Amino acid sequence: MDITVNILLTIATAATPLLIAAIGELVVERSGVLNLGVEGMMIMGAVGGFGAGYLTGSPWIGLLAAIALGAVFSLLFAVMTLSLATNQVATGLSLTLLGLGLSGMMGTSFVGQPGARLPNLDIPGLTAIPVIGRLLFGQDPIFYISIALTAAVMWFLFKTRTGLTLRSIGDSHTSAHALGIQVIRYRYLSVIFGGACAGLAGGHLSLVYTPQWVENMTAGRGWIALALVVFASWRPWRVLAGAYIFGAVWIGQLHAQAFGIPVPSQLLSSLPYLATIVVLVLISRNKRLTMMNTPASLGQPFVPDR
Amino acid sequence: MSANQDGATLLEVRGLTKTFGTLTACDHVDLNVAKGEIHALLGENGAGKSTLVKMLFGTLEPNSGEIFWNGQAVTITNPGFAKKLGIGMVFQHFSLFEALTAAENIALSLDDGSPISTIAAKARALSYSYGLPLDPQSLVGDLSVGERQRIEIIRCLLQTPQLIILDEPTSVLTPQEADKLFETLERLRSEGKSILYISHRLEEVKRICDRATVLRHGKVVGHCNPRKETAASLARMMVGNDVQAVVRAPAQGIETAQPLLEIRALSRKPATPFSIPLRNINLTVRAGEVIGIAGVAGNGQGEFFESVSGEAPQQDAASVRIRGKDAGGLSITGRRLMGAAFVPEERLGHGAAPRMKLSENLLLSRHATDGKVFVGAGGMVKSDAIYAAAQRIIKAMDVRKSAPDPEAAALSGGNLQKFIVGRELDRRPSVMVVNQPTWGVDAGAAAHIRQTLIELARSGSAVLVISQDLDELFEISDAIAVMHNGELSKPLPIAEATFEKVGLLMGGAEPGHAEHALETS
Repeated sequence: MDITVNILLTIATAATPLLIAAIGELVVERSGVLNLGVEGMMIMGAVGGFGAGYLTGSPWIGLLAAIALGAVFSLLFAVMTLSLATNQVATGLSLTLLGLGLSGMMGTSFVGQPGARLPNLDIPGLTAIPVIGRLLFGQDPIFYISIALTAAVMWFLFKTRTGLTLRSIGDSHTSAHALGIQVIRYRYLSVIFGGACAGLAGGHLSLVYTPQWVENMTAGRGWIALALVVFASWRPWRVLAGAYIFGAVWIGQLHAQAFGIPVPSQLLSSLPYLATIVVLVLISRNKRLTMMNTPASLGQPFVPDR
Repeated sequence: MSANQDGATLLEVRGLTKTFGTLTACDHVDLNVAKGEIHALLGENGAGKSTLVKMLFGTLEPNSGEIFWNGQAVTITNPGFAKKLGIGMVFQHFSLFEALTAAENIALSLDDGSPISTIAAKARALSYSYGLPLDPQSLVGDLSVGERQRIEIIRCLLQTPQLIILDEPTSVLTPQEADKLFETLERLRSEGKSILYISHRLEEVKRICDRATVLRHGKVVGHCNPRKETAASLARMMVGNDVQAVVRAPAQGIETAQPLLEIRALSRKPATPFSIPLRNINLTVRAGEVIGIAGVAGNGQGEFFESVSGEAPQQDAASVRIRGKDAGGLSITGRRLMGAAFVPEERLGHGAAPRMKLSENLLLSRHATDGKVFVGAGGMVKSDAIYAAAQRIIKAMDVRKSAPDPEAAALSGGNLQKFIVGRELDRRPSVMVVNQPTWGVDAGAAAHIRQTLIELARSGSAVLVISQDLDELFEISDAIAVMHNGELSKPLPIAEATFEKVGLLMGGAEPGHAEHALETS
């Protein structure tokens, strides 16, 4: 029983950073902006979170620093693509490369240092309940944030007028502009929100997942988050499902490798990617729904005529 | 009718000017709209009508000039401010969101923050009271263009504007839908609202408008009372000189002529969730005749053109036959080699590569059919021959341009269209298929293109024209078929076709029921 609970907990820990980064990127893409710099913003969050936590000794300050660094880093992308109308794909890719390089440089003195770890939730009485106690009341704080964030984004996008406006901009920025909607302002705020989420996801890696600094420690998770958004056809609950399927198969194959199952380890390592793609493709077979949810102006620069 | 006589001035524009680079789109334009009148803004494509109203609605910023609203000088910096003043706009190219419902689309332009369900109920009530029924829950992507326009109008009316600007509203409507719109506009006028009505369709301007301001090349060239003018005199004001009428001699012996283009039981599944399937289309175009295909935009004309041109080849090779041979499985080049020529709807990006010279565009479409002339040994391009051919086409079609061999994008829409049609005509094709031959083309150039199409047919070719412009089809066709929801009606010989009959078919009446519906309506 204990083993099952432990496995479930590790799955949640593996899925949380993917979920947070993907939910942030989902909002960005729903506004019609494609930011391929998720990996770069995430690693900046990771190094910033670790650094601030290590220097101050407070993992909470580390957490705030991770969010702030991700947001500031995304602002760079926003100025380039929204105010200067550069190509979003190229700018996003260079943001990733810049983030990976810059974080490595910033983190040279942190390598091998013990970091601060965010404590798990511990509610006297509740956390001690067998099995569900630790699952529901004994996880790290970012886990709860990720679930609340998903619910909040769902509510925001589909139940509020501001969310409707955001989606309309993603569908057609020219129509939105003709109605007098401030396209660029909405997109700035979306991109910064996405950056803050990516930073938080990076902070999860260096403050919860493995409380230390290792260069390139995001290990492609930003790219997985990006893929999740597309395969989930830009719908929050599907992103959640995708992140947890990925996490589950990831942890599953780690255990399988530890047991020494006679399957090449490379094949096992590729399983999470395969499984996630297969499941998400299966649930998005409805072409019409996919069409309705795909932001039609995704990736197109917007320059209003004046 | 003459509600404007005591009407005070609602909107006054003085010396409004807008330049784009070296082009002056609006040159010191003056305009005066009274309360309770329908004021027409007339002019050809590119005369500056759309630019002018975009400045009034705040989506473009004028370089100079003044706007007065109820006598007060105002600077309209954005559409939000225009809406606050009481200006509403129905756009020519709809500003709707396809992936959202009608109610959501309406909610987006209202700033009061009331819940969607309230807005949906209001929109439904208003739409029925004006006789423009609308289902607020439907997804815009699923709606016809006519229905989309209703959303635009309802959205505009819900803002209770004082001035409603309509930009070419009837270009996407059936004649019956247009009648409905005119009733709505007259009702709005009787409620004291002002309407600025942009159109190049003279008959409807004569019918509903109280006053007209005519623009040509960005300048105001005249004011008039359209009811006192004839269509010809209005056209002269718009164009600046007389427009030559198209001459069509009756076709002789068509029934026994050889069929050059045959479509047999052509069906096609929808390529995307929002596109139209084609359903069992049959059509024969014989040597010497022009067949027109009418229909409201978005009823499968685009899909039909792609299937006939070979942009989307068919499984069943016999579904498209050119000069008596199966062509359904062939590509565009294969069909061209059989003697067919095609002119697609979009000029830039489809009919021509925008950043390439006219001569290069000529080579792109004819390197296979005219390989011996244009391509030499070892695949080397014969530039001189191509240049000479391009100049020949430019001369034959009277293409006006600024350089000897300019990029396609540097030409105005009408001139580029003349070149593209000329490029295909130059081959003397035995089958010619044209989609929207004169869309966005000025009256003079349009008359020229129409005349050449008729002449091509009379010289023994089969010509198929798909168009949304009914006047055009009645002018050039020997028979008119109507496309509705992916189905094609039987061609009506031009002697039997009337606007009313064709309009009913466009609205979806069964081919056999057109007469019946006329009697009961």
